[in-house]
Amino acid sequence: MSTVLKTESITMRFGGVTAVNELKLNIEEHKIVALIGPNGAGKTTAFNMITGVYTPTEGKVKYTAPGKDEVDITGKRPSDIAKMGIARTFQNIRLFKDLSVYENVMIAKHLHLKSDVFSATLHLPWYNAEQREMEKDVEELLRKVDLWELRNEKASSLPYGQQRRLEIVRALATGPKLLLLDEPAAGMNPKETAELTEFIRQIRDEYNLTIFMIEHHMDLVMEISDWIYVLDFGMEIAQGTPADIQNNTRVIEAYLGVDEDA
Amino acid sequence: MKNKRDILLTVAGLVVLFGAACYAQFEMGSYVRRIINLCLIYAIIGLSMNLTNGFAGQFSLGQAGFMAVGAYVVGIFTVPVELRPNVFYAEPMNPLIADIQMPLWLAQLVGGLLSALIAFLIGWPVLRLRGDYLAIATLGFSEIIRIVITNAQSWTNGALGIKDIPALNDVRYIFIATAITFLFVTCLINSSYGRAFKAIREDEIAAEAMGVGLFKHKCMAFMISAFFAGIGGGLYATLLGTVDPKNFLFTLTYNFLLIIVLGGMGSITGSMLGSIIVTAGLEYLRVFDEPLELFGMAIPLFRPGFRMVIFSVLLMACVLFWRKGIMGTNEFTWEKFMAFCKNPVKYFTQKGAN
Ligand SMILES: Nc1ncnc2c1ncn2[C@@H]1O[C@H](COP(=O)(O)OP(=O)(O)OP(=O)(O)O)[C@@H](O)[C@H]1O
Ligand SMILES: [Mg+2]
Repeated sequence: MSTVLKTESITMRFGGVTAVNELKLNIEEHKIVALIGPNGAGKTTAFNMITGVYTPTEGKVKYTAPGKDEVDITGKRPSDIAKMGIARTFQNIRLFKDLSVYENVMIAKHLHLKSDVFSATLHLPWYNAEQREMEKDVEELLRKVDLWELRNEKASSLPYGQQRRLEIVRALATGPKLLLLDEPAAGMNPKETAELTEFIRQIRDEYNLTIFMIEHHMDLVMEISDWIYVLDFGMEIAQGTPADIQNNTRVIEAYLGVDEDA
Repeated sequence: MKNKRDILLTVAGLVVLFGAACYAQFEMGSYVRRIINLCLIYAIIGLSMNLTNGFAGQFSLGQAGFMAVGAYVVGIFTVPVELRPNVFYAEPMNPLIADIQMPLWLAQLVGGLLSALIAFLIGWPVLRLRGDYLAIATLGFSEIIRIVITNAQSWTNGALGIKDIPALNDVRYIFIATAITFLFVTCLINSSYGRAFKAIREDEIAAEAMGVGLFKHKCMAFMISAFFAGIGGGLYATLLGTVDPKNFLFTLTYNFLLIIVLGGMGSITGSMLGSIIVTAGLEYLRVFDEPLELFGMAIPLFRPGFRMVIFSVLLMACVLFWRKGIMGTNEFTWEKFMAFCKNPVKYFTQKGAN
């Protein structure tokens, strides 16, 4: 199994706060890897360092697209990282609220466009060909995830669960190799969570993805993950298979608070 | 513009309007033609401003400055060479440019390109920052360009301004320029790049995470906007027949701000509507600038400048109570138009229901 993403002791400090401390991740191809930990543990910050929103104070992020050489992506711009094949969703849904479902997904296709702005404006033949290709892909994708009927709705008018799903679909449309999901099941009921679990598996297999996700719903995490990292106060306190993590005393302590008598 | 029918209808619409422009040119007095031309020019500049402010969501206040660039290029290069000693009587024109004369369209193009280049130079440092630094920078630019123009005597004739610009009060020419701008902006907005601009407006962080390069796309929108503002400025110069630095005071930008806010930020057809309303409105509000006597009493507020007070109040009211303007981010479409023609009552009741 080859590694897709590797972080070499990345640290992020905000003033005096060390949000993430010497985190070492190693994410293998085609796996579903979870990052868990109590609130404020630094999980989202880790995502932000990987996707270029923040540049790590120390350490390096290395990415290997399948079949390509390893590249150092530390401090690269988010848009460039997206182009290399890392897509993400956000903890607080960040859809393009006033745009339609269709436009939301079409925008994610823009990064592969080769035509320059003038050929696009003048709708020259080679641009039109690209545009048709994009339309075809988006239609196929939206049909597959049952959002085609809703394509003309404003993104903000969708029910909450659909918005979460749309955000994943939008990330998928960029054609990623590695998909980062920040609390995809937040605010979902057990039924929706079960559906989401199935959906994540399905897209992993269909699009041959590697998935790295932050999640608080333990049943989802335990059911779906191949590997789990646990973070507390910015430090990794454990990693292992779901079975290992469930029985790890440090993890239990971190979640329940330290027992005085122990 | 999705299908063939809409494209055909749009072309037909433009042809009809061009017919109207020809009619106006031959049958109407020069005062009315002037107002029509001003509407059309304001539409070009309104559209250009809407591109950065309404579609890409970057708050720029540089329109007056970019217009000045376009207007002066037209002013400098279209005045016939033999008339120049008359115009540049205080200090002769710089020999570098004294013998260069261009046709209007070429001078306009040069003016537009120069504006775009300046936009690039402003955008290069500023558009990398988050926040409203662009507003401050463009505001500064509008003032600086006026100071430069006032002091570059041998190029611009300084505070004396440039007279004898071949006047063009031709509705047809200006209509064509407006139609081209309208089509260009419409096609741009309906392309993948237009969607990328809107994505940046909606959420920069998400846009960037989806692979939309912020700096590149902001710069693109800003430069194209400056280009058309320059084109519009060039037309403005030929309409006035003279340019002088005071024509391009910063307050000129407010006109376009009102146009896009009133018409709807992010609506092309809204900007067209807005420009008609604002230009015509400014013209008719002129009565407020005249001293007024009622029953032998002078009404105190009626004096030059009062028009602008009313204008500012309108802008404020618009921003406070009617933030989306007439069109919001919606567009006129032929589909809606036909639904309206078939059954106006139903059209509005259904719209109300949504
Ligand atoms: N931009 C920032 N500036 C300053 N401090 C920050 C910033 N971003 C995060 N932090 C701090 O870093 C720590 C980790 O935050 P982070 O959002 O990564 O936690 P998290 O594990 O995602 O938590 P949650 O489960 O609540 O989402 C917190 O103490 C937070 O206040
Ligand atoms: Mg978080």
